[in-house]
Amino acid sequence: MSDVVLELDAVIKRFGDNEVLRGISLQLHRHEVVCLIGASGSGKSTLLRCANLLETIDGGSIILFGQSLLDPRIDPDLVRRHVGMVFQSFNLFPHLSVLDNVMLGPVRAQKRKGADVREEALTLLARIGLRERADEYPDRLSGGQQQRVAIVRSLAMRPSLLLLDEVTSALDPTLVGEVLDLLTDLARQGTTMLIATHEMNFAKDVAHQVVYLDKGVLVEQGTPKEIFSNPKHESTRNFLERVR
Amino acid sequence: MSVDPDVTASEETPYLFASRRSRLLVGRRGVVASTISTLVILGIIAAVLFAAPGGAAFRYYFFDPHSMWVSWVGDPKLGIEAIRSGLLTNIWMFLVSEVLVLFIGLALAWTRMSHSPVLLPFRILVTAYTDVFRGIPLLLVVFIVGYGLPSLQFGFVSNLSLATYGVIALTLTYSAYVAEVFRAGILSVPNGQLLAARSLGLTHASTMRRVTLPQAVRTVIPPLLNDFISLQKDTALVSTLGAVEATRAAQIFESTNFNGSGLVVASLFFLALTIPMTRFTDRLMARDRARRLAVSL
Repeated sequence: MSDVVLELDAVIKRFGDNEVLRGISLQLHRHEVVCLIGASGSGKSTLLRCANLLETIDGGSIILFGQSLLDPRIDPDLVRRHVGMVFQSFNLFPHLSVLDNVMLGPVRAQKRKGADVREEALTLLARIGLRERADEYPDRLSGGQQQRVAIVRSLAMRPSLLLLDEVTSALDPTLVGEVLDLLTDLARQGTTMLIATHEMNFAKDVAHQVVYLDKGVLVEQGTPKEIFSNPKHESTRNFLERVR
Repeated sequence: MSVDPDVTASEETPYLFASRRSRLLVGRRGVVASTISTLVILGIIAAVLFAAPGGAAFRYYFFDPHSMWVSWVGDPKLGIEAIRSGLLTNIWMFLVSEVLVLFIGLALAWTRMSHSPVLLPFRILVTAYTDVFRGIPLLLVVFIVGYGLPSLQFGFVSNLSLATYGVIALTLTYSAYVAEVFRAGILSVPNGQLLAARSLGLTHASTMRRVTLPQAVRTVIPPLLNDFISLQKDTALVSTLGAVEATRAAQIFESTNFNGSGLVVASLFFLALTIPMTRFTDRLMARDRARRLAVSL
């Protein structure tokens, strides 16, 4: 297998007359963390959703694990079993216990054995310090705890690629840290991640590549140092100025 | 800081005590007040029944204890059908219809919301079905089924009991209503839940089964029970086919004895069947409301 996990080439996505992605090209390698930054509405979320086929693109191509997502023989459910996704609003299942939330995908989608999955899920929950809360329902947890469970729910699928969509934006400022710490851990362990985020310091710390999007256009891409210390484009400078 | 005299609050200290008149209706006094008002209303009704020129005749026609009893137990010698055995027909009609409606309604909703291209013709059929059967009065459906199926002379379908035709008519109409109840419940599940489930690689069908339906059931139960309450009452319409259920038995008693007390007896027993259900529905709704409030706080 080639080292390239995900490759976007001139991707175009429209919602009606509104062109949300205007020819985005991007590569993501194994064990690499790429952070997408940019104002709301710049197309970060849409780009993530195109990568796991929650949205279909209108132009260009997306190659995932060496296979074109445009190929009609591609099974979207199989794609999603290998690509984890975590949302801004957690979206834990309120009618299932924390443990069942984590076990649902591996057991029902991957058809793995319940007993094995249970062991693994409990280990993952122990890792985020929530093993004791495994039998409780999500609404008993704080926002930060819920989001960490949501991340663990994705990890239980053993994904080859993890997509994170502004996962700290809905959190109380005091709870952002615990979620970012978990993501930093994952990055250190070599998890391949594509992260849309507004947390610039976090991007600076963990990203191998930072990508700045503006109104659906990829304006600038580079190492955190290049982007944050020495942005080449006017609009990147303006954006960083505003979020600082 | 300067203060604009036009926009500052009044200089007077706000007075926070309720007026004396409204204090009369608080606490134990409230109980007294509600008892009195209830007695007054009941008194007015009784006064009308007793003081109206036709009051005595009215009371005899609808509330004669002897007639009430005879209509309830029946009298085989005089050919009077018992309301109590008629009531059993109502009960089995609505029990069977409710079970059928539950499954058919869910199947209809599921079909209408499926994405499979293979099911497209079924989706169109289901949409037409719900439109048609929510639009036709149940009474007409009862006639069409009750007179139509026997006239087909088509094997056992044309030789069923009148009450069975009633069950078919009730099921046809109420499945359409309940399908819409299920559909609304399914649509009420937030889209983020579906996105999360599909992102785990669950298929459309298992998302429905594991994520959507379990959450939809909570919102669906109160309106579902409401429909069941009207279904229970609507079993009375099957009397128009000649099926001897409670209403029909009461009518027979009325026309043979020139006394309508049986109608009151039948009404009371319909009430006895539906009131527990209405109370239960109200309690469920209150509980659901309390839970949602607790979550949003």
